[in-house]
Amino acid sequence: MTTTVSPRTTAPAGGKLPPAGGGSRRRPLLPERVRRGGLPYLLLLPALLLEVLIHLAPMAVGVWMSFRELTQFFINNWSAAPFAGLDNFRVAVDVNAPVGEALLNSFLVTCAFTILSVGASWLIGTAAAILMQDTFRGRGLLRATFLIPYALPVYAAVITWSFMLQRDNGLVNHVIVDQLGLTDDRPFWLLGGNSFVALLVVATWKSWPFAFLIVTAGLQSIPQESYEAAAIDGAGMWRRVRHITLPSLRPVNQVLVLVLFLWTFNDFNTPYVLFSEAAPEAADLVSIHIYQSSFATWNFGSGSAMSVLLLLFLLLVTAVYLLLTNRRRES
Amino acid sequence: MPRPHRSPSAPPASFLWTRRIVLGALAVFTLVPVYVMVSSSLKSLEDVSGRFQWIPSELTVQPYIDIWSTVPLGRYFLNSLIVAGAATVCSVVIAVFAAYAVSRYRFRGRRVFTITVLSTQMFPGILFLLPLFLIFVNIGNTTGVALYGSRGGLILTYLTFSLPFAIWMLIGYFDSTPKELDEAAMVDGCGPLGALFRVVVPAAVPGIVAVAIYAFMTAWGEVLFASVMTNEATRTLAVGLQGYSTQTNVYWNQVMAASLVVSVPVVIGFLLLQRYLVTGLTAGAVK
Repeated sequence: MTTTVSPRTTAPAGGKLPPAGGGSRRRPLLPERVRRGGLPYLLLLPALLLEVLIHLAPMAVGVWMSFRELTQFFINNWSAAPFAGLDNFRVAVDVNAPVGEALLNSFLVTCAFTILSVGASWLIGTAAAILMQDTFRGRGLLRATFLIPYALPVYAAVITWSFMLQRDNGLVNHVIVDQLGLTDDRPFWLLGGNSFVALLVVATWKSWPFAFLIVTAGLQSIPQESYEAAAIDGAGMWRRVRHITLPSLRPVNQVLVLVLFLWTFNDFNTPYVLFSEAAPEAADLVSIHIYQSSFATWNFGSGSAMSVLLLLFLLLVTAVYLLLTNRRRES
Repeated sequence: MPRPHRSPSAPPASFLWTRRIVLGALAVFTLVPVYVMVSSSLKSLEDVSGRFQWIPSELTVQPYIDIWSTVPLGRYFLNSLIVAGAATVCSVVIAVFAAYAVSRYRFRGRRVFTITVLSTQMFPGILFLLPLFLIFVNIGNTTGVALYGSRGGLILTYLTFSLPFAIWMLIGYFDSTPKELDEAAMVDGCGPLGALFRVVVPAAVPGIVAVAIYAFMTAWGEVLFASVMTNEATRTLAVGLQGYSTQTNVYWNQVMAASLVVSVPVVIGFLLLQRYLVTGLTAGAVK
């Protein structure tokens, strides 16, 4: 646990840092001491103050809250909330009781959702980027088209999907029921089990362009000569992708997958706009679950405990991921 | 960024067909919601309430007139513009200084700072929402400074995601601009700040633009903080668009018209400037 220890190692008094590279002879605009030791801290000061204000202090408060019985009676006077010890955490992880059971369900849903959505986004984005590596007529236009889901404000895009997924007047049911005749009764997409599929499709629609963008950028750093050499050796399309493109993209992919994972796992906007009120059980992502259980019952202590657990999980996964990818890179 | 020349061996026909099919399918997947947005925004309420129709039976621009009076869309628009704009400017300006310090100086606490910034980027928004909500309510109760429900408070919460991203991207970007440039400027008599503003910032314009676009777009689309931290007067578009549904009816044609109106400025801006975003991401993130 780090929290309260702020990284603010304010300017070391009297330029303790060894002067780098010997003394220069120019007239000092700022006193020598400030220029050598203090300037970086001065430049960092606004960022440091804000970091403390918007990240470190709220996190400290959040951890504090998670050990308190912070119910609706104490919202206005939260310092008076009684100490709860580990009770909030105990309730959150007790899978035999309703709260823990619901949290476990939403955690599992989020894991499945994240794996599938990140996998699909990566696959589609990479495929599109590789297929568009060579120039062809209309490539620029197509690229701009592919970036539209990424550029659209989340709520505008997702609300459109929610309209498309309406049972009676939506496009999706019109196509599969009225036009293709695949089923007779019109399925609900925003309720019950189907909501997971709906959420997955919408989230993937929204995030694959980011993968496309990053992989496209990564492809530009692969020297054309590698492909020419491979072509002379008689390597076909697929072998070039396998032996040149994908290995060269590995460092890019490692960052990309981690970023996609974190965004998708923490996604709140998509389910919140898609399902408006409460998300159905099959699509109850963790961040929306914590949000709804906190504001529905005004039990902020319990909500904070869940947030802290979520954070610990993300830290653990990220640490393991970084260790694994770094080791592979070294060997 | 077209490649100057093609691979020596022309792609086989099977590849060309695969490419056409895959990219065609993706274009359809991408554009269907856009088509629905545009076509439904031109339909009457009767039309959007019944079975979906690919081709509107009659076109009307009435939804585009009604959206402004059904909900105070103009005010929401202004709120979004102020909040997203201020969050963007604040995070970019502050990040320029911080990233310059990290990129150009070795000092104690540098690693702790960069790791803190990097890690806060991965934290879920919900982690900050509950404590910030409580802190804002408490500050309001004790000092009378209304952060909760105010634009200032919302801007502050938006910095929780835009500032770390901006710092992180700009560190990467400044690292990739040669140090010799600002060293030369300092030899020519610039102070460190002079070097920053006369040499480093101009050289990093694409990166700064990329960060600004990204920060603005994220803030423009933010829902979580906006749904908790705003009231009727400070509501942003993200929450305001929900106002088109009533107990009995959803004005889908107006929802689609409003969605289109709030999207067009950012989508055009993004498409015009996406070149910078690609450059910025390559230099910053992909390293």
